[in-house]
Amino acid sequence: MVFAAVFAGGIGSRMGNSDTPKQYLELGTKPVIIHTIEKFFVNDKIDEILVLCPKAWVAHTQDLIQKHLPEGKKVTVIPGGSTRNGTLENAIAYIEENFETTEETVLVTHDAVRPFLTHRIIEENVEAAIKYGACDTVIPATDTIVESADGKMITSIPDRTRMFQGQTPQSFRLKELKRVLESLTEDEKAILTDACKIFSIKNKDVYMVEGEVFNIKITYPYDMKVANTLLKGKD
Amino acid sequence: MINTVYRLIAPGMIDVACTEPDIKNKVILRPLYLSICKADQRYYLGNRSREVLKAKLPMALIHECCATVVFDPTGTFKAGEIVVPVPNTPMEEDDVIAENYRLTSRFCSSGYDGFLRDYIDISPDRLVRVPANVDPRIASFAELISVAVHAVRRFERFSHSRKESIGIWGDGNVGFITALILKALYPDAKLYIFGTVYEKLGYFTFADGAYHVDHIPEGLKVDHAFECVGGEGSRFALAQIIDLINPEGTVGLMGVSERFVDINTRMVLERGLCLFGSSRSGVEDFQKTMDILEENPKISSYLENLIGQVADIKTIADIHTAFAQDLSRNFGKTVLKWDK
Repeated sequence: MVFAAVFAGGIGSRMGNSDTPKQYLELGTKPVIIHTIEKFFVNDKIDEILVLCPKAWVAHTQDLIQKHLPEGKKVTVIPGGSTRNGTLENAIAYIEENFETTEETVLVTHDAVRPFLTHRIIEENVEAAIKYGACDTVIPATDTIVESADGKMITSIPDRTRMFQGQTPQSFRLKELKRVLESLTEDEKAILTDACKIFSIKNKDVYMVEGEVFNIKITYPYDMKVANTLLKGKD
Repeated sequence: MINTVYRLIAPGMIDVACTEPDIKNKVILRPLYLSICKADQRYYLGNRSREVLKAKLPMALIHECCATVVFDPTGTFKAGEIVVPVPNTPMEEDDVIAENYRLTSRFCSSGYDGFLRDYIDISPDRLVRVPANVDPRIASFAELISVAVHAVRRFERFSHSRKESIGIWGDGNVGFITALILKALYPDAKLYIFGTVYEKLGYFTFADGAYHVDHIPEGLKVDHAFECVGGEGSRFALAQIIDLINPEGTVGLMGVSERFVDINTRMVLERGLCLFGSSRSGVEDFQKTMDILEENPKISSYLENLIGQVADIKTIADIHTAFAQDLSRNFGKTVLKWDK
């Protein structure tokens, strides 16, 4: 089985004066999170969808799903954890409690605030997770990356042609992901917040799926303007 | 849902835009194979008037496509079924005027987005299933085949019953497909092809004769004719058709010309000829097309020869390359395998 876990855990503290978490802001005619869920909803490679959001927003999220999505695939809303790894663990725990899992079970994780992902990106994530065990969605870096140890002086400037910017989805074989997460100490868990980084540090292969420049993460008010601009124009 | 659309914003320039298709009432398709039409190429190159370009762009190109059903809230289709979307959308009912001639109908890649998109959202009544024995690469240009089917169905309506010989002027894709459809529907009629390129005339092996327009056998006459030339050649083709056609013959006009075409009306009157125009097609023509392909595997094998190149599309740059390569092709279709 292939599960999609949409992470809607961010509290949106960076979104200007709006108190509403950014995934719940309207983009076009629907909230951002609904656009994102719909991408997994219509994809027949995805068997079940989990949405992990702040506990206080569970009922609201369920209402939105009921209002906007047609009959069809089951979408379950559960509370996320206090950290990204905690949210990931909640997703794994829910799946293991409610479904029979095998080494072939795949978990596609995605940010609720990236509603522009495409069919190809989802398909290639599923294929790569099965084939390689883990994959990340990336695009080649366009800006020069500068490394600084103290935030004041440049430590190094890596070769840009070897640099990529991480997006989501990140996808994994579920059981392998669980084993890797369980191998972390509590201290490591606090520092290592990116599941693909955890795989990489544990010397496990992570395949790179090509993302899209427009698969943007809506983080700042500027991003919302960009997202609205992308949606403008004649239908 | 947010959908990604690849629109021509100016000649030779394609950019990403997003739309919000309705997933509660529309069938969601994923393009599988698409095919470039001459009309797309004209927009891509900017070979339309400035007014037309200004009115119609930005717009996603391509109206020839076969696709996989991804999601259908109406329950009409199952996920995974291969279908052909009909690019014409009628906006009103009319018992007399066909859907492709109604002034209010909308046509993809002519004022409305074509099929260069991540997903196609479409009403279930605008879809036709592709039979299992039909190559989806051929189904990608089912629209073009359906245009020929539509013209032949109109021909049946307007023409008299004697159909011993039919002439097809034009040795390009439209002429080739129209000749094949005539062969399937009128197996007893003699088919004669008239063109200007010997190499292309050589592809019409199923016809009873394929002649250069300057070397037509003395005394050859046809009961009816189809003009599939278009462009500057239209007037020469029409003049020759009117010379060679038998009285009360019917002439199907299928070639698109940007300019007005002179017609020898004196001879049209004198011989009682019937000239009819034919453009685009409707859902019934698509269904008839699929029936013909399913029942005539030999037709499919000839049509397979039209697939000149299958271009893998993973990036916008791949779309530009495919359009450039299509331009250098003098026969056959450029098919795009959609992996974007």
